[in-house]
This record gives sequence, C-alpha cells and structure tokens, in this order.
Amino acid sequence: MSQAMFDLMLKGLWETLVMTFVSGGLSFLLGLPLAVVLVITDRGGICEALVLNRTLGGVVNALRSIPFIILLVAVIPLTRLIVGSAIGIAAAIVPLTIAATPYFARIAEVSLREVPKGLIDAARAMGASRPAIIREVLIPEALPGVVAGFTVTLITLIGASAMAGAVGAGGLGDIAIRYGYQRFETGVMLAVVAVLILLVWAIQGAGDALTRRIDRR
Amino acid sequence: MTLPPSVALASASRQFGTPPALRDISLTVPQGEIVGLIGRSGAGKSTLIRVLNGLDKPQSGRVVIAGQDITDLTETQLQPIRRRIGMIFQHFNLLSAKTVAENVALPLKIAGVPAPERAARVAELLDLVGLADKAGAYPSALSGGQKQRVGIARALAPRPVLLLSDEATSALDPETTGAILDLLQKVNRDLGLTILMITHEIEVVRQIATRVVVLDQGAVVEEGPVARLLASPRHAVTRALVRGLSPTLPADLAARVSPQGDQALVRIDLAGPSARLPILARIAEITGTPPRLLHGGLNDVQGQPYGRLFLALGTADPDRIARVLHDLSPMSVDLEVLGHVPSDV
Ligand SMILES: Nc1ncnc2c1ncn2[C@@H]1O[C@H](COP(=O)(O)OP(=O)(O)OP(=O)(O)O)[C@@H](O)[C@H]1O
Ligand SMILES: [Mg+2]
Repeated sequence: MSQAMFDLMLKGLWETLVMTFVSGGLSFLLGLPLAVVLVITDRGGICEALVLNRTLGGVVNALRSIPFIILLVAVIPLTRLIVGSAIGIAAAIVPLTIAATPYFARIAEVSLREVPKGLIDAARAMGASRPAIIREVLIPEALPGVVAGFTVTLITLIGASAMAGAVGAGGLGDIAIRYGYQRFETGVMLAVVAVLILLVWAIQGAGDALTRRIDRR
Repeated sequence: MTLPPSVALASASRQFGTPPALRDISLTVPQGEIVGLIGRSGAGKSTLIRVLNGLDKPQSGRVVIAGQDITDLTETQLQPIRRRIGMIFQHFNLLSAKTVAENVALPLKIAGVPAPERAARVAELLDLVGLADKAGAYPSALSGGQKQRVGIARALAPRPVLLLSDEATSALDPETTGAILDLLQKVNRDLGLTILMITHEIEVVRQIATRVVVLDQGAVVEEGPVARLLASPRHAVTRALVRGLSPTLPADLAARVSPQGDQALVRIDLAGPSARLPILARIAEITGTPPRLLHGGLNDVQGQPYGRLFLALGTADPDRIARVLHDLSPMSVDLEVLGHVPSDV
C-alpha cells in the first residue's frame, strides 16, 4: 500500500471515529432521557402520562422506520440550519444522531423496564422524590444493560457512517466504496474491511468489559 | 396526654382480582406498641402494610397515620410522611448497584442528611446488625440473612417513628433472630418506635409483640393482646399458628392412648398467674396418687407463664376424673381428657 493510500485510510479512520463517537455521544445524551421518559410515563410508571407516552413512542417508531439513506437526504434542510452546511463530517453527524437516538432510546428503555418494581417501591417507601428515584434507582440499576445497548448503538453507527459518504463526510466506508468498489482496488477494500473489523472488535470488547465491571447483580 | 394511634385503618379494601386482597379492614396500632400481624400465605399481610405507607391505595376506606389522613395524598405529599416510616420488605429489595453501606445510607441521602453524618449513622447501624465487615460488599455477595439485616438497618437508618416490617426475621437463624428482636425491642423502648410486624413465626410474636392481629383471606379474623391470643386462640387460623408454640403429644405416646386403660390422660393449658398454683398437689389430693408428667412445657409471654402439660392421672375412675376437671377448671385455661394410657408409659 502506498504512503498516500495509508494517509488516506488514516484520515478515513479518523473521520469514521469522529462521526461514530460524536453522534454516539449525542444520541446517548438525548436517548437516555428519552428512554427514561418513555418508561416513567407509561402505565404504572412513576410519572404516568399516557398521552405523552404514546406520542413520544409514535415519534420514536416513525423515526426508526425511515431507512437511513432517506433520512440522510430528508434532513438536509435541518442540517443546514444546525451546522450551516449540508456536506462534511459535521453535516453527517446530524442525520446519524437523529437515527441513533431513537434506536438507542428503545434499547435503553428495555433495560430500564427490567428494573424490578420492588426496588422502585423501596425508594418510594423512603420518601424519595421522582428525580431521586431516577437518579438513585432507575439509572444505576439499568446501567449494565444501558452500556451494553450503547455498545450496540456505536457499532450500528460505524455501519451507518459508511453511507455518510453520500454527503461528503468521508470515512472508511467512503474509501471502500470509491476506491475498492468503483475502482476495483480489491486490496484497499480488504484493508478497509480489516480496519472496520478491528474497530468493531475493539468497541465491543471495551463495551463488554465495562458492562461486566459495573454489573453487580 | 393521649397520642393519636400511630396507624389507623378504617374499613379499607383493596382488590386486585377476586377474591379481594383486603376487605373492609379496620385496625389501629397504638403509638409505641409492637403489634404482630399474622396469617397464612396470601392472607393479604403484605398488601395491608403497603397500604399503610401509600405504596398501594385502598379502593375504599381511610388510612390515617399519626392522626393524618393520607388516603388521598399524592406521591409528592406522601414523601415527608414516608421519610418517618421505615419499611422492611419481604424480598429485601436491596439496590444491586449500591454497596451495603450505600444501601443503608440511601434513606438518609434522600432525607438530605449531610454525608459525614450519614457515614457515622451507617457505621453505627451496620454494627448493630452485625455487618460492619460487609460495608463495602454488594448485595449479590450476601447470604439471605445478611441481605435481610441490611434491609433492617436501612429501615432503621432515618430513625423512623413507625416501622412496617414484612417478615424481618424469616431468613435468620434463631440466634440472629433473637439479636434482631432484641434490637427492635430496644429501639421501641428507648425511642418509642411503633412497630407493625408481619411474621409467620409465632415465636417472634411471643417474644416481642404486645398485640396480635390475625388476618385471613383479606379480613381481620381475630385481634387482641398476645397473652390472650396465645392462651385461647378462637379462630381456626390462630389456633393453627399457635399450635406450633404449644407442645404436642409425641407420636409414640399418642399411639398408646386408648379409650380404656389404667390411667386417664389429660391435657391442661395454662396461662397467666394461675399457672403458678399448686396444680399437681391438688390433683394428687383428689386422686390419691401424684399425677405423672408425660409431656409439656411452659413459655414466657409478656412476663407471664403460658403452656401446656400432659398428665397421666393415677386413676381411671370417672367420678374422680370429673372432680379433677371441675376443681382445676378455674386454674386452667382449657383442659381435656384425651383418653387413657397404661400405667407403664
Ligand atoms: N400486585 C398484585 N397484583 C395482583 N394480585 C396481587 C398483587 N399483590 C397481591 N396480590 C394478591 O393479593 C393476595 C394477598 O397477597 P399478599 O402479598 O398481601 O399476601 P401475604 O399475606 O403477604 O402472603 P405471604 O405470607 O405469602 O407473603 C394474594 O392472593 C395475591 O395474589
Ligand atoms: Mg407477603
């Protein structure tokens, strides 16, 4: 592999990492509260509000049913509004975040629902306020599952970021398509795939290790 | 000065399906008392105490805690009241992501107690329940009895005025049970803590309760001072529960009881001061021979003797036996001729 190719791949790796981790981080910050709201406003939750719950659930489902490639194009006006441009890494992060947030929220929601009701009762019996129940019980108890779900989300984001080449964001996927697929440079394609495999392996490994460390159940 | 009862329920009902879990329950727990709540599995005991701190709402009836009607309070309005009520859960309900010390500290944190004060109180409590060495452990690494003691420490941490305890000693060995009961009794005596204690161990009731409430199929079927209930249980459920406390005739002895025989076998239940009267001497006077003690035992209930004796009278003569029954009836709570036994048993 030439030096130029190596540099190109390094740049691509960096772009992929930026897209994955920035949109992943944003979807964590947005998705976890969304998941908490979905759980506490549901029937029998600590802030039962069924209209809000069904509405939010509907929005989440709708966002999740849009194919990513369509979402990428459809949110261009919004992207322009937020980052001032419709192309580049920053522009790709907007649709990636919009896609990953409801995805992660649903996964986190499952873990939050699995927190035994008895533990919430224990906090209620102590006179805990609702924010205290969320802070002291709901999130800490669901955390191992939430972290595992976040790992899955990051890996899904790596795949989705490959499509972001369509808005000129670059990244490893973009290199694989342009050089490997369109110019039949099989070596480049294989190199990219190898890097992606290592990346996924590293993220999954780190996620699993963290999950194991915080899981005291 | 009379304080309002710590807990009062007025015709409270709670239904999940059929039959209802609680039907038309009225109950008062006087301030500073230890009341035992007993009943078979599924009787509604856990549901009842959940209603008392508003974890569950009755569909009808009123719940009054220390003079304040809490029936219609919202979760937010209930918070300050719940901070003064400790609850020990049947299934412990410890937070798996927190250490033992953090679990015990949680009610204090929720009540806004500053961290240094919290740490001191937690250390004190873990010491009291014998878990000082487990402060940094997570609940998953504890035995059932250790988890239960963490639950007890957690409930007592914020110095509650009322303790709702759901089977606080079910997973403990007799020695630890004794230590925990002593601890609860001490807090009751020193700080006037009112305790409503669910238990299926009649022994626990005997040791620390002043009053007992018996629940069956969601209704209160019997209620009264411990001594009265243990001595003369009226309802079948109470009798079944109390049976465990009274000695029963060993099987080999029971097998030799027959309608005819040399000596009449009587069961005498004793309770209160009359148990200390010279019963055996009185029998000997009537029958002409001292009775033989075949089996029996005495217990202490609230400082009063309470128990049951199985005696072989030295005679099978119906007239004398009738006189024994007649003369002893004022001294005993209950007595009965079970049959006859040969003189060599
Ligand atoms: N959340 C619930 N949903 C449906 N049914 C319930 C619920 N909680 C209790 N029940 C029912 O109410 C009845 C009383 O239950 P409860 O837990 O109060 O019994 P208990 O006296 O505490 O029994 P145990 O000694 O076994 O703990 C039972 O028939 C139970 O099935
Ligand atoms: Mg129960």
